[in-house]
Amino acid sequence: MSATIEEVETQRTEENYLTADYGIWSWFFTTDHKRIGIMYMISITFFFFLGGAAATLMRLELMTPGGDVVQAETYNKLFTLHGVMMIFFFLVPSIPAVLGNFLLPIMIGARDLAFPKINLASWYFYMVGGLFTVWAILAGGVDTGWTFYTPYSTMFSNTSVILAVVGVFINGFSSIFTGLNFLVTVHKMRAPGMTWFRLPLFVWAMYATSIILVLATPVIAVAMFLIILERSFGVGIFNPKLGGDPILFQHLFWFYSHPVVYVMILPGMGVVSEIVACFARRAVFGYKFMAYALLAIAVIGFLVWGHHMFVSGQSMYGSMVFSMLSFLVAIPSAIKIFNWTATIHKGSLSFDTPMLYALGFIGLFTIGGLTGLMLASLAIDVHVHDTYFVVAHFHYIMVGSAVMAYLGGLHFWWPKMTGRMYPEIWGKLSALVVFVGFNLTFFPQFVLGYLGMPRRYYEYPAEFQVLNVMSTAGASILAVGYVLPLIYLVLSLWLGPKVGSNPWNATGLEWQTSSPPPKHNFDVTPVVKEPPYAYSEERNLT
Amino acid sequence: MTDVAHASSPHLAHHFEDMGQQRASASLGMWTFLGTEVMFFGGLFAAYCAYRFSSPDAFRIASRHLSVLLGSINTAVLLTSSLTVALAVRAGQTGDRKEQVRYLLLTMLLGVAFLGIKAVEYSMEFKDHLVPGWNFSYSVLHIPSDVPERTAERTELFFVFYFFMTGLHALHMIIGIGVFAWITHRARRGEFTPEYHTPLECSGLYWHFVDIVWVFLYPLLYLVDLHK
Ligand SMILES: [Cu+2]
Repeated sequence: MSATIEEVETQRTEENYLTADYGIWSWFFTTDHKRIGIMYMISITFFFFLGGAAATLMRLELMTPGGDVVQAETYNKLFTLHGVMMIFFFLVPSIPAVLGNFLLPIMIGARDLAFPKINLASWYFYMVGGLFTVWAILAGGVDTGWTFYTPYSTMFSNTSVILAVVGVFINGFSSIFTGLNFLVTVHKMRAPGMTWFRLPLFVWAMYATSIILVLATPVIAVAMFLIILERSFGVGIFNPKLGGDPILFQHLFWFYSHPVVYVMILPGMGVVSEIVACFARRAVFGYKFMAYALLAIAVIGFLVWGHHMFVSGQSMYGSMVFSMLSFLVAIPSAIKIFNWTATIHKGSLSFDTPMLYALGFIGLFTIGGLTGLMLASLAIDVHVHDTYFVVAHFHYIMVGSAVMAYLGGLHFWWPKMTGRMYPEIWGKLSALVVFVGFNLTFFPQFVLGYLGMPRRYYEYPAEFQVLNVMSTAGASILAVGYVLPLIYLVLSLWLGPKVGSNPWNATGLEWQTSSPPPKHNFDVTPVVKEPPYAYSEERNLT
Repeated sequence: MTDVAHASSPHLAHHFEDMGQQRASASLGMWTFLGTEVMFFGGLFAAYCAYRFSSPDAFRIASRHLSVLLGSINTAVLLTSSLTVALAVRAGQTGDRKEQVRYLLLTMLLGVAFLGIKAVEYSMEFKDHLVPGWNFSYSVLHIPSDVPERTAERTELFFVFYFFMTGLHALHMIIGIGVFAWITHRARRGEFTPEYHTPLECSGLYWHFVDIVWVFLYPLLYLVDLHK
């Protein structure tokens, strides 16, 4: 953390990516992957708090059994808004488009992504998609849930379904462009000596994520397109009244939407691997297994979508196969948990903010993963399907794990991105607040779901109130935990102490260039001579 | 920073080390993009298969009302355009500017011919009241009275797939023709040499892909009733 004074002095004189150009257009027309990463960071923060506001209102409504804050219709629109914003406009782009964009080229010693203009276009597609969705809200909202299930979405809903669906469709291009860029960059633009098995695990995670983005996103594009068609022309693709089959929609939808869960979690795994290695001062245990496990999750993830449809009426034998394949995902996931634990086990640990988030990730991901196994079992799933048990499970993965990892990564690389250190005390405090708030919000929901409280209802029987009040209380704590970093990170841009190139004394090419990095990342293309995570005794003397 | 490399070719972007790396990246990027296209059309083909397997009769009855003759002519037109694209790429490799322009123009001409024939087909089907969501009418299909109601409904579904899939294919062709217009312009200026012709090659790949999609669409839509 302590940068020497000389280091800081030299930083001042050097030009970096922030000072290379000035003016608003130097941002809107930039092709610099670092600036595009920053633009993504600002935009996803906006959508995150929009989706968060919807969640806050929902939790307020659920504090009492009756409908007092909002009524059914508004409530339906709130959970749709929350889901669409958080999944399509926050979680999917979060780590890849912000940290991945910023770091991936630097980590492999490249000057930029392979297609900088396509990268910029991805941000514009993202924003246009987001604006369509915001337009849908302003036009009265959407009440279908983020899943847009047919025939409700195409025949019955009287809300702005098409606007939202168009927004999701357009946003798909941004995912595809990002994934395509990452794949090509990792394949073709690694610095001399940067072999595949010298890649940081974060890069492996981005690679595995990109495979999913590129292969799964086009399928939801088709599904969204067909919804538009059916809704605007009244043709019966999914409408059983006109010869269509609603289950076909669910297949197309989940063929994307299950793998996309791994778009949210694999990048988090990459971030956590980097953080754990740095704060345990130790190479990640079983590095190759970690890399293969990421790929295995990405590949097997394409074969399990039917576990969302156990009660849909799909073939029973299909369900059995999907259940079995879902269990298979647990193997590579468990390898990862085991290896992180083993890395920590013999490491010399320190507990800075990023590490707190990483440890939180490991614990919460374990709970989310194990409850996922319960849901993959046919018998249990039939019992808890569409209850708060499912809600709690996927929030442990998507919030407890993915958002924790994003925040951990943001803190870890904040000094690299901005050249300033955030206040450590506030960082630790808010990490704890997030952890406590998260568990208080979502653990009671496991119980609620198991007792039979269904999701997506604005009212509930009085016997569920205690647990719901706990959950709402947790949500307000969680909200504080999310607002705190927003405040102190922004303030640190002016007040934070300047840092040198490697405040954590970490390995990895991104720590060898200055903070913030120069426009083209490296003054001289680096040559890689050592394996990743070459932490040693000398480095430990921070 | 890498002024030496920059000096080697005016086409080298700042973030690549050399032309070889740039070309390999563009090529891999194009193949990856085609992968996404395969998944895009793949989703539609999967949906088509689901309905065709559950209601084969509906698809047979409906498919009879497409013009096999025009569809076949179009197939020939499109396959020929693949040949001319291949020749244009070849001319890029040899650096023959005149040949590049000639074959690119020929390709665009064949593309326009395809779209023209397709438009004739669409207007015929419109007159026959076969456009779902617009003027679809079961009466023109002469559905035998003994087929179940679900089968009758799914004849309309066949036309949904027909218009949507051929429409998307036509959209891809229009984009392809637009791309070729730009590539032809660059070819005329003599930009493509044996050392640098990546844009020509990549747009060629795209055109071949669009052709291959048609190679699947043609039997699945036009020839359903011919195989018995
Ligand atoms: Cu799933």
